[in-house]
Amino acid sequence: MADDRLALMAHLLRRAGVGASREELEAHAARPYDEVVEELVNPERSPEIDEDLLQRYYPQLFANQDNPGSWNGRWFYRMVNTKRPLEEKMALFWHHVFATGWTKSEHTPTMVAHIEMFRQHGLANFRTLLLELSKDPAMIYWLDNCENHSYEINENYGRELLELFSMGIGNYTETDIKNVARAFTGWTFEQPVPLYPFGHYSSKFVFKPEDHDDGEKTFLGETGRFNGEDIIDIIVRQEATARFVCRHLYNFFVADEPQVPAWSVLPPQDPKAVDALVTAYMESDADIRSVMRALFTSDFFKAARFTRVKSPAELIVGTLKLTGDYREIKPGLIQLHEASRVMGQMLMDPPTVEGWHTGKEWIDGGTLTERINFAVGQVQDVTKPGIRYIVRRLSASGQPIQPSEFVEQCLDLAGPLDVSDTTRGALLEFAETDGPLTFNTDADSAKSEERIGRMMTLIVASREYQFA
Amino acid sequence: MAVSANVTSKKKVPVLVVVQLSGGNDFMNTLVPFTNGVYYDSRPLVRIPEDKVLPIGDTLGFHPSAAPLRDLFNAGNVAMVQGIGYENSSRSHFRAMDIWHTCEPHKIATEGWLAKVIRLLDPEGANPLTGVSFGRGLPRAMAAPGVTATSVDNLDNYGLLTPVEVAEQRQQDLQFFKRMYTPAIGTGIVMDYLGQTGQGVLTGAELLKAAPRQYTSTVQYADNPIAKALRDVVRVHTANLGTRVFYTQHGGYDHHAQEVPTHARLIGEVSGALSSFMQDLREHDAADNVTVLVFSEFGRRMKDNGSGTDHGSGGGAWIVGDTVKGGLYAEYPSLAPVDWLNGEDLRHTIDFRGIYGTLLQQWMEIDPTEIVGGVYEQIRPFKTVGA
Repeated sequence: MADDRLALMAHLLRRAGVGASREELEAHAARPYDEVVEELVNPERSPEIDEDLLQRYYPQLFANQDNPGSWNGRWFYRMVNTKRPLEEKMALFWHHVFATGWTKSEHTPTMVAHIEMFRQHGLANFRTLLLELSKDPAMIYWLDNCENHSYEINENYGRELLELFSMGIGNYTETDIKNVARAFTGWTFEQPVPLYPFGHYSSKFVFKPEDHDDGEKTFLGETGRFNGEDIIDIIVRQEATARFVCRHLYNFFVADEPQVPAWSVLPPQDPKAVDALVTAYMESDADIRSVMRALFTSDFFKAARFTRVKSPAELIVGTLKLTGDYREIKPGLIQLHEASRVMGQMLMDPPTVEGWHTGKEWIDGGTLTERINFAVGQVQDVTKPGIRYIVRRLSASGQPIQPSEFVEQCLDLAGPLDVSDTTRGALLEFAETDGPLTFNTDADSAKSEERIGRMMTLIVASREYQFA
Repeated sequence: MAVSANVTSKKKVPVLVVVQLSGGNDFMNTLVPFTNGVYYDSRPLVRIPEDKVLPIGDTLGFHPSAAPLRDLFNAGNVAMVQGIGYENSSRSHFRAMDIWHTCEPHKIATEGWLAKVIRLLDPEGANPLTGVSFGRGLPRAMAAPGVTATSVDNLDNYGLLTPVEVAEQRQQDLQFFKRMYTPAIGTGIVMDYLGQTGQGVLTGAELLKAAPRQYTSTVQYADNPIAKALRDVVRVHTANLGTRVFYTQHGGYDHHAQEVPTHARLIGEVSGALSSFMQDLREHDAADNVTVLVFSEFGRRMKDNGSGTDHGSGGGAWIVGDTVKGGLYAEYPSLAPVDWLNGEDLRHTIDFRGIYGTLLQQWMEIDPTEIVGGVYEQIRPFKTVGA
């Protein structure tokens, strides 16, 4: 049985980040749990990732071209190497919730800026986030707020702001939606620099008072000459908002919930857990950092190991953390973008404004094949630093390792990963095929090394490995 | 034991092959209006000279590289659908493709039209090979919650654990995999679902292994991706694995620049591949229950831009097969400047959902109304029974 302190820290680092190398895991596990949480929820205390070398290897990133694949490759690099794991994880989380797609604009720089905004404000007050979101050119274009005029409203943004980004359906009326749309008239962006011959450049928010409907509006029973800021103030105060955001946080960080459209009919599976998060939200006046602290230090979080199906991004980066690949900068990052795309998650391009369907819906025959083959391709290469490390750990004593010990040590070093008796039985059967691992001669060691690689292959092909 | 079609033989189940030309194929340069002055005036650079066109009548002719397609057309095996599109055609590749894949131009939908077909044909999901797509990842057309379709990147090395290079080792590992994915009581819904899915992939891969083994042919396909993909369709189709819907793609049709050489190569590749494909099917006496639909997300604009053409509308689709009644269908979009849309787009003359409807109702013999979201004008591109 794995050391529980280590297993709990591995759980925290899988959820607040995307996993850890064994060295990182053991270093963190040696410190008090709450101290690590405090470090995670205050990412600005850790150094920022240095991208100088990345720029040299990937000059196309800065060539103002339309290349979402390269930028997504950069995001994977950041997720692997950041010293601020929760900063990247919050960006991924808000990207799931405020799902904005590259497909409509085909304009990479505004999408890159959009994700950067989540990095910067992901743990801020929810009011700040909604305000930044409402001023974000990628979002304004995605939900047509640039077509929302004082003389003719387009309610797309107003509707989704309430339905998908804050309160959830059933907490407001159609009139409320129209009035929210009116409040956001004139919130648009500057026309970007022409594509030809200058290339792609990001855009900037601009408020056009001449296109803003300054008249009186009633929203959730309050009346005034509301602008967008006033609407956001009202939204952020609502308990419905707290409930909706906290259920999203629970679904992403604690355990898989049903898909969002079912939330208005199905109660949360753990209502008390969501209540606790709602309390943290209301008591802190919507400070997301406080909610995250409450979440990571709660008993329901600590008990929720392996209760979420990994998203493709989590599966890919978690596997890279295990094998140590891309620890050093090298070409090929775009292949990670391609790998996640074929697993059903092209970053910066969720399929609809509802975001990716999560949990079991990540899995079909095609995506499961891609997930397993990606992980297998990574771990079967015993020259990768993370796998070399595992080989060193198993061979350290020079003593033979019995089959059951072989299985348990590999499961421990791969997670620690909890597996069913069925999976353990199959792994043990493999381990027993050639008897104990031995390291007496070079030939023995080479053979044992190969068997360790194969054991890791089977472990990452298991059902349990699909869970975070 | 090739026996020619016998009127008393039991009718074989119909199979649909969809070929997507990704990027927006230039319809006007595929089926060229070689007597039209507006065409020549609008396209000083990318026009096809009248003396190079392969004529099929007094006013229209195929692109000079499309000789194999012209031959299939002259043999009566190709229905050319002219002016296919829909109202307010999207100029975004991705949005336009989504619309073609989901039949939903007004909102973002997640159920593909072919996924709905697969669900109708195999409601229990009993055969993971009812729908097979060649290429990595399923196209949205074949994806919907609860629908199983198989995407094959490489038919000769398909399935799980393919990164394991030593064949014998991979076979052993697959046995351990099978054990790990054995259904176990009390492990939860998601674990069960993963177990079933993993076992389904194993079964599909096991079935598909038969396809390359049983296949021999005298047909020499060209060496390019679309020829390889269509050969894979024949290999799986002739293995009788119950596949009813095949999907494959041919990319590169986004000719903003350097259109003249690129389009010639692509149109040559797809025409040649279709010709080899039909020949191969006939050699296996397997052509009479296969119909191919070739489509693209949009056509190009009237005018060239000095090197290529930009995203437009009013494209073309081709229906190919031995049961097809060859000829021209729907109307060629008007080239007269007064009819241009959005500056210089062609106005479509038939809705793509009517062409899907045609294939579903008249070929697959299923009701298209729910799948395409309504009732749309159909064409009659098949030989009548007994003819």
